[in-house]
Amino acid sequence: MKPKLSSALAVLSVLLLVAVPLVFPADIANTLSRVLALALLAVSLDLLVGVSGMPSLGHAAPFGVGAYAAALVARDTTSFAPVPLLVAVVAGGLFALLTGVLMVRTKGTYFLMLTLAIAELAHVLAQRWEGLTGGTNGLYGIPSLTLAPGGEPVTLAGVRYWWILLIFLIGFAIVWWTSRSMLGRSLRGLRDNEERMASIGYSTFWLKLAVYGIAGGVAGAAGSLWVAQNRFVSPEDLAFEVSAMALLAVVVGGRGRLWGAVLGAALVTIVRDDIGASLGGRGPLLLGLVFIAAVYLLPHGFAGTNWRQLFTRRPQEDKA
Amino acid sequence: MTALTANFITDNGVTMIDGLATGVLLFVIALGLSLVFGVMDVLNLAHGAIYLLGAYVAVALLGGGTKMTLLAFGGAVLLAAIIGGFSGWGLSAMVRPVAHRGHLDQALLTLGIALVVSDLVAMKFGNDVRSIPAPAGLDGSATIFGQSYPVYRLVVIVVGGLLAVGALYVIERTRVGSLVRASVVDPQMVSALGVDTKRLVTGVFAAGAALAAAGGVIGGPILSAYPGLDNRVLLLGLVVVVIGGLGSVSGALVGALVIGQIETLGVSLLPDHASFLVFGAMGLVLLLRPQGLLGKKEATA
Repeated sequence: MKPKLSSALAVLSVLLLVAVPLVFPADIANTLSRVLALALLAVSLDLLVGVSGMPSLGHAAPFGVGAYAAALVARDTTSFAPVPLLVAVVAGGLFALLTGVLMVRTKGTYFLMLTLAIAELAHVLAQRWEGLTGGTNGLYGIPSLTLAPGGEPVTLAGVRYWWILLIFLIGFAIVWWTSRSMLGRSLRGLRDNEERMASIGYSTFWLKLAVYGIAGGVAGAAGSLWVAQNRFVSPEDLAFEVSAMALLAVVVGGRGRLWGAVLGAALVTIVRDDIGASLGGRGPLLLGLVFIAAVYLLPHGFAGTNWRQLFTRRPQEDKA
Repeated sequence: MTALTANFITDNGVTMIDGLATGVLLFVIALGLSLVFGVMDVLNLAHGAIYLLGAYVAVALLGGGTKMTLLAFGGAVLLAAIIGGFSGWGLSAMVRPVAHRGHLDQALLTLGIALVVSDLVAMKFGNDVRSIPAPAGLDGSATIFGQSYPVYRLVVIVVGGLLAVGALYVIERTRVGSLVRASVVDPQMVSALGVDTKRLVTGVFAAGAALAAAGGVIGGPILSAYPGLDNRVLLLGLVVVVIGGLGSVSGALVGALVIGQIETLGVSLLPDHASFLVFGAMGLVLLLRPQGLLGKKEATA
């Protein structure tokens, strides 16, 4: 796509997203808020999977850590919107940095396994540490966020949606900027040939740890948005299913294309929550089928597939 | 000091035997995971689902909760192994087209298959925990260290131990085993020597899956059968493989025995921290010896 056209499309999509609460009823804004939170998670995962070549099976962990941190702050300290958000970013980022020290030294199948195992540990922790997390019941009664310190809680779905949209856009911009920066270019080099990057003098450990931390921080932000919308957090929010959904969003959308991950997140959420529910709660079955189909049929995802080429008539072979 | 040791053994001996049973069972499960990993470099996330299939074979044959005769139980193990073997064969056929596309695609594909299989199982059998009684004749208890202990678990230790010895023998002493070990180290070279690696990989996949499914029946009277068990089994299997080392059979055995003890002895000595012990052990091994206790291959390869 030409740069002018794609930036026009980007501006148009943002305007459409801003206009949603003015046009549609509240439940649409609520659904979209959830989609945006998951989309931000998927975008941050894409920074790892698509840009840096670090496929994580446990990205729900920093998301969940951020969600719990935001919920605790909102409940016990202040629900002034930026505070739980920032705490969630720090919590998710720190969690990623601390676990990342172990993880980023491995790659390939080993990295996949480790991310899965650490996320599962976080999941178990959330279930067992009842004093902090409320155990399997989770934390509920999280107050609605306020837009001024000590101000009135936000009750309009549309206003909450706008806050979530704003943070989503900022988070998206941070990830986009990271992937375009020197760091992002080094990460692509890492993805394509780690040995070469190491031999020309890059410290692959610090590069990987840095991106792991950034992705963790953004995932934490996504977790705080999730809590801002649901006002409830439970161990299910950092279960393997969340990691799997985020990964599916990235793969369906197209690895390394950040906006593809957003589309993927929308698709996955709708498939699981709406279509799955109408099929009598067979969400996992449907999700599994989408997984299989995505791997076989859309290896580059929506965003990476050259649709025009796919649907132009093949040139006729010369008749000899 | 000796009195203290003696006390420790009488106090915890039964728990340690329990850990041995768990460890042996884990080895049967993790072996397939480790070998598929080693030979094909595929993270098979459907491995737990295959275990679950095996467990529900036992549930299906059990019918109305009546106790099975030993013969019927053995038949269930065999049937599960056959079903598992065919599933493994099918899995390897499904994974092959994406084999060149990197680890993530293979993992995603097997994850998708695992979701479908376990949801279909839940659809057929419901979400309740289904217990699987030990077969008649093995459901009694013996007295060990002055406490009564289920005979079945002792049988699991013996049967699992035999399976472990058998697998070790095949891998370490036979021609097929040497080909498998060679494929773990250098598949291209094995292929260049004129070995049909495609068949080899399919065979390893099928055998690993057959073991996992048989493990589902054998482990049934201990772990029961319920939706979600597949994830638990898969995770424990992954931890065993990480601790033991990629593609190493003896490593898987050591890892399984260690995790078995941590799962039981750890739970009984430090109940508050039990859930972290397993992963803590894994983190420690990774920190000190990233290639696993008995792994030869670089963890970063």
